[in-house]
Amino acid sequence: MALNPVVNDPTKIVARPSAFKEFWFYFRENRGAVIGLWIFAVFAFLAFFGPWVAPHDATEQFRAATLQPPVWQEGGNWTHILGTDPLGRDMLSRLIVGARYSFFVGVIVVSIAATGGIIIGLIAGFSPKWVDSIIMRIMDIVLAFPSLLLALVLVAILGPSLTNAMIAIAIVLQPHYVRLTRASVLSERQKDYVVSARVAGAGLGRLMFITVLPNCLAPIIVQAALSFSTAILDAAALGFLGMGAQPPTPEWGTMLAEAREFILRAWWVVTFPGVAILVTVLAINLMGDGLRDALDPKLKRS
Amino acid sequence: MLNYVLGRLLTFIPTFIGVTLISFGFIRALPGDPIVVMAGERGISDERYAELAKQFGYDQPMYVQFWDYLSGVLQGDLGNSFVTKRPVWDEFFSLFPATLELSICAMIFAIALGLPAGVIAAVNRGKFFDRALMSTALIGYSMPIFWWALLLIIVFSGNLEWTPVSGRISLIYYFPDPTGFMLIDSLASGQKGAFASAVRHLILPTIVLGTIPLAVIARQTRSAMLEVLGEDYIRTARAKGMSPTRINAVHALRNALIPVITVIGLSVGTLLAGAILTETIFSWPGIGKWMVDSIFRRDYPVVQGGLLLIAVMVMIVNLTVDMLYGVINPKIRKR
Repeated sequence: MALNPVVNDPTKIVARPSAFKEFWFYFRENRGAVIGLWIFAVFAFLAFFGPWVAPHDATEQFRAATLQPPVWQEGGNWTHILGTDPLGRDMLSRLIVGARYSFFVGVIVVSIAATGGIIIGLIAGFSPKWVDSIIMRIMDIVLAFPSLLLALVLVAILGPSLTNAMIAIAIVLQPHYVRLTRASVLSERQKDYVVSARVAGAGLGRLMFITVLPNCLAPIIVQAALSFSTAILDAAALGFLGMGAQPPTPEWGTMLAEAREFILRAWWVVTFPGVAILVTVLAINLMGDGLRDALDPKLKRS
Repeated sequence: MLNYVLGRLLTFIPTFIGVTLISFGFIRALPGDPIVVMAGERGISDERYAELAKQFGYDQPMYVQFWDYLSGVLQGDLGNSFVTKRPVWDEFFSLFPATLELSICAMIFAIALGLPAGVIAAVNRGKFFDRALMSTALIGYSMPIFWWALLLIIVFSGNLEWTPVSGRISLIYYFPDPTGFMLIDSLASGQKGAFASAVRHLILPTIVLGTIPLAVIARQTRSAMLEVLGEDYIRTARAKGMSPTRINAVHALRNALIPVITVIGLSVGTLLAGAILTETIFSWPGIGKWMVDSIFRRDYPVVQGGLLLIAVMVMIVNLTVDMLYGVINPKIRKR
């Protein structure tokens, strides 16, 4: 069998694969990460098109069919595949429509926390030592509070709603980005390419955002994936405690809170929202692991 | 070494003042007048309002109020609860043993299962055991624990009726609680069945609270072990003909433990956050449930004081872990 002549021809110079191609090559190796990506794609699709995909309206109450079990159990039927809740609302439809709350919680929280954290981290990394110390002490203070407790108190003060829950979670997650960014900036700042950019006359803003920041992004991207799942879990926990999205919003954590009193009578109203949270968070964590393996050159070779 | 310890202690002071400032500011600077809240729906007359404001010192400038608060905190005075009228400090420390007992049990559960799981996974890298254990760990790590608690209640309390759903011990037992730890007190009381009842009440909350630390410890142990197993001295030990068990258990695990201990220490914050959910679901009378109840009752002094005490506790644990780490690993001290 002849080998591929192009590969074996030493005169041909093989171009270095683009950064994305290289990333994809390593990411694809990790089967779990690819599965996670697919589940995440479905999740994102439902977040955007949920109300059109769902078989019923998420708030419509089928009074004749309250607490109807799922289709495979006695008493269930195909109209309500996953059964109905105590008010006769279709479980499947509520879960599908609920995807958008978790998705946007993740997107918005990560955007706020990452943007704020990166900017503060860059400032800390580039400023004189005393400014850096002050910023890092403030971050230590925020980190001293258990995240869920701080979010809970913040929401209690701001008033329970999904928006306030997102603000609270973003504030709580931000210090992690500050620390990561600062740490990478401090190690990058010493390197020759930064010094030469400075000698060439690059201003501070250019040094921060164009020279150094792109080289610090790998750990930040991994952190973004991980905090996406933390945000979903925390928002669901706040919803469960009655401090997040308010009923009748079909947010998964809020659905669990509403279903709690029926826990021993109707297992499906408690089980499915939790499965939805678990599967989503698991998919994102799988993706995060894949991202870390693909982006972290130290682990790549091992 | 002394410099390192002193340096770390010095950074503790500004952080402590900042934490105090935050828990102070939450109540004063943000909307929701505490006196109006305390008066409730009946409302309050202007004279009485002024009187109360004077009594609590709310008519003073903000920095004076903060100074009063800070000096009160340093003397162990966190004010009184609006609801029970008892000092916040006393309430906190009467409920704290319940949370501590639960947290210790959860940590023992997590370490007892997590360490062996991580070691087994690392030794069998890439094989079936590794994959099965690490998939399970990832599921545990992604678990919404409030849902996990409900599932366990459905299965073990609802269907199998093995464990009770709430509380620390069955109400038929009554005995003094000198230590506040139900396991110890029930044993000391000598009442028949009391200890067994306490244990059965403890099982589900322990599993729920320990699940995430368990997953984190298993993952961390595995990666630390893998790193160590690649070192030269392990190869030397192999070349000398030592048994694999001895190499893994003595040479590798010992060195892999350093990062694992850090993770265990740093998960105290996670544990306290988890305690909020776990205690709420299982009606466990600890500080997590106390905080949630107080938040719902708008019992400001309790929220304020509890927040502060929990944060200080996390800070002390982190400080201790940092110092221990400095003792174990001399490289850290030089930074």
